[in-house]
Amino acid sequence: MGLVQVGSPVVHMPRPRRFTRRAWQGYLMLLPSAVILLTFTIWPMIIALYHSLCLQDSAHPVPKFVGLANFGMLFHSHLFWQVMGNTFLFIVATVPVSLVAAMILAVMLNRRYRLTGFFRVALFHPTVLPLVSAASIWLFMYTPDYGLIDKALSAFGGAQLNWLGQPRTAIWAIIIMTIWKQLGYFVIFYLAGLQGIGKDPYEAADVDGASAWTTFWTITVPLLMSTTMFVFTIAMVDAFQLVDQLYVMTQGGPDNGTNMLLFYIYQQSFTYQNTGEASALSVILIAMLIFVAILQNVVDKRVHYES
Amino acid sequence: MGMKRRLSNGFIQAVLAILAIGWIMPLVWVVLMAFKDPNNPNSVTSLFGGLMPSLQNFVDAWQSAQFGMYYVNTIELVAGIVIIQLITTTLAGYAFARIHMPGRNIIFIMFLLQLMVPVSALIIPNYMTMQNLHLVNTKWAIMLPYFASAMGTFLMRQTFRQLPREIEEAATMDGAKWWQILWHVLLPGMRPALVAFTLVSVSFHWNDFLWPLIVTSTPQTQPLTIGLQLLTQMGETGAQWQMICAGTLIVVAPLLILFIIFQRKFVNSFMQTGMK
Repeated sequence: MGLVQVGSPVVHMPRPRRFTRRAWQGYLMLLPSAVILLTFTIWPMIIALYHSLCLQDSAHPVPKFVGLANFGMLFHSHLFWQVMGNTFLFIVATVPVSLVAAMILAVMLNRRYRLTGFFRVALFHPTVLPLVSAASIWLFMYTPDYGLIDKALSAFGGAQLNWLGQPRTAIWAIIIMTIWKQLGYFVIFYLAGLQGIGKDPYEAADVDGASAWTTFWTITVPLLMSTTMFVFTIAMVDAFQLVDQLYVMTQGGPDNGTNMLLFYIYQQSFTYQNTGEASALSVILIAMLIFVAILQNVVDKRVHYES
Repeated sequence: MGMKRRLSNGFIQAVLAILAIGWIMPLVWVVLMAFKDPNNPNSVTSLFGGLMPSLQNFVDAWQSAQFGMYYVNTIELVAGIVIIQLITTTLAGYAFARIHMPGRNIIFIMFLLQLMVPVSALIIPNYMTMQNLHLVNTKWAIMLPYFASAMGTFLMRQTFRQLPREIEEAATMDGAKWWQILWHVLLPGMRPALVAFTLVSVSFHWNDFLWPLIVTSTPQTQPLTIGLQLLTQMGETGAQWQMICAGTLIVVAPLLILFIIFQRKFVNSFMQTGMK
């Protein structure tokens, strides 16, 4: 699910000094949400941090404090770096492409056409599909010989390939499928951003006789900057947490060629019972997610000050 | 409209059309596949070969996995989550928007954390919590972590802020209690935001997979996404694609049909919940 812009400023009212009856009402209204958030967001972060510092696996069911040993073990493991490398490649290959494509598509879709309804359904329908279903569909698409991809390629004389069967193509197969699934979702936010710009700047540019290209670069791109930062954050958070397609399509394989951070956490924890190491991985994931949020916040403030 | 503008319009439409056809191809293929005869060798070798006007594949898929049970579970889970969320987010959104209380900013930061670190990143500790609460393999385990939504809370807070204070003050003067004001005076103005949040939340939880996979282990508690995954796994052991495609459509049909009918509403809802 999308995020609300993290940078939205807290309104600074004069700080009330007394706990008025009204204030108690407020606490009471916040209570149900706060209990859930404390239990399932704050507390788990503390638990993860604690377990990341403990030796705990199937041979050692009772957690024993070992300091940073889990992190040390990870940093010396070849698999960990392979997983981080895959995660990095996945992010670098999906996020910028999706962002640029989504912006261009939104600009194109922002006009009214006879076929607007069809364009919308075609581009946005993956947004409402479960990732698991999308992954099932693409599993068939990528099947050697019979799959739609191989059939299309063979029509152009291309070679038949077992796309998901070899590490080098498998990760790209996952990347392409993920872009297909997500692009429409990002287009939606850019369409919202374009509506926020309104018509005035474009009419002014029209009067000045600016070309479509100039208009795009000098008006659309800069004025969509805060939308871009927002979509960037969603795309990053999603890139770290999307694993359903790995589960369905490759199980992280072949040869860990598509294994990525969250799937690796899942495997270490629920397949191999390496709770300590998996918790250390979770701490790394949480740290990166918070880093992305802070980065977005900082850049977003700058964008707001400049405009 | 000038000649040049019209030309570029045509060009853009052509690009969009090609892209849209490519984008929808996987879905079209699944639909075709679901209506193909599993005993006809042409079914998989040619795009339109082996089509049959029968729902046999759907019947087979429905019977091979307990889709009836998965359906009921999914509806229960999604309804349970969304109804509770509507209550918790409305209350919290109202408190954040209208009530000044000491420590409000600190509580707000706690809500921000849920936006940054989603439940899926916390599967291990949350699973431990469910174990301690003896809730593993129950529907409560799937639903509980989602009973609060920071995204929903912020959306409601924003919407409450846009409602004029005057009507609230007038109602207070007339002696109405806060919950009467909330229910009778403010909620009507909240309807678009509530609908938007409901649509987004339903589509998120209808599609959720990893967390239910972790905390449940029997069909009695599991949602459709898990049922589909089990069916897809059967594909590796020789089950027919025709049946798996039918199973995929069984899972995606409700949201997909809703989306095709109300696409504008869906798109607007996603827009609205994504904005601050």
